[in-house]
Amino acid sequence: MRYYRRNIVRMSETTHFSPRDRAKRATDRDFPERAAITRAAAGIALYAGAFGVTFGAIAIASGLTVLQALFMSVVAYTGASQFAFVGVLGAGGSPLAGLSAALLLGTRNMFYGVPVTQVVQPRGLQRLWTAHFVIDETTAMAVAQRDSRAGRYAFFATGISLFSLWTVGTLAGALIGSGINTAAFGLSAAAPAIFLALLWPQLSRHGATTVAIASALVTLALIPIAPAGVPILAAAVVAVVVGASPTKSTGDEEAV
Amino acid sequence: MSLWIMLAITSVASYGLKLAGVSLPRTVLNHPRVQRTAGLLPPAMLTALIVTDLFDTGGHYSVSWPLLAGVGAGAVAMRLRASLVTVFVVAIVTCALLQLAA
Repeated sequence: MRYYRRNIVRMSETTHFSPRDRAKRATDRDFPERAAITRAAAGIALYAGAFGVTFGAIAIASGLTVLQALFMSVVAYTGASQFAFVGVLGAGGSPLAGLSAALLLGTRNMFYGVPVTQVVQPRGLQRLWTAHFVIDETTAMAVAQRDSRAGRYAFFATGISLFSLWTVGTLAGALIGSGINTAAFGLSAAAPAIFLALLWPQLSRHGATTVAIASALVTLALIPIAPAGVPILAAAVVAVVVGASPTKSTGDEEAV
Repeated sequence: MSLWIMLAITSVASYGLKLAGVSLPRTVLNHPRVQRTAGLLPPAMLTALIVTDLFDTGGHYSVSWPLLAGVGAGAVAMRLRASLVTVFVVAIVTCALLQLAA
């Protein structure tokens, strides 16, 4: 805990607690959520590792070399886009088509930059490595915390552990190759179950349930008619339309 | 070689999109509407990901009962305040067992 003491003054400036609460939190309950956040990050990393094995195996089956599969996981580090890229190749599509699908899916990470920046508050060159860890899971974990300090810890704990196991998993899957049938392990249920667990606590935010229902309907409607990635981006449009529309009350500048 | 080039562009551009997102100026980030949008983006995107994971197979509607049951079992575990590891294990084990049974 002493490690965190050094940062308390700077970090607590960003929280929305009263000065008395801040002092109390800083002395009595240094960082109460830390253990719970660490456990959640470990759970997410475990699932990412299993998913990395799946990605590695599919990548090899789609014609990538071990080095190419690993390169994608290290540099791109955004699961859905990587699955889209090798999925298009595996289905006989061109690398250019794979690139388009991957970038359509990856565009949501750009939108995630806004909430992540508000929680993590990277300065200068910190943006370079903060950006690398911006994905669904890290964003959801960061915005779910009560204050910026816990949010930062959640972001990096999730990001670093997930990145490690995703990369190791990719290498393992690529080396084992297409000999394993990952579908048999029920892994297809892992991502939506984890996403649901990450989504649930966020629905308490003002307007979030309405946006979630609208996003579900729009995405569902677009599945058969739009290219891969577009149905998911359409959900971002829903959030932007609702979030940027004028409000009746003036007091709902809801900080993340 | 073409594969390496496209793969490298995809990977570097994926990072570039993330970097663009965290590089927005503070004046933009402090705007109330931007903040409100920022709070709504994760639930919107997570919902869309869940919907496509459950019902989208290559641009066609599809329903897999073992998959739905697995996610449903994970949701029950979540409501019982289980950890994410437990949710993960419950979901994949349920899905795998039902796939075996089918």
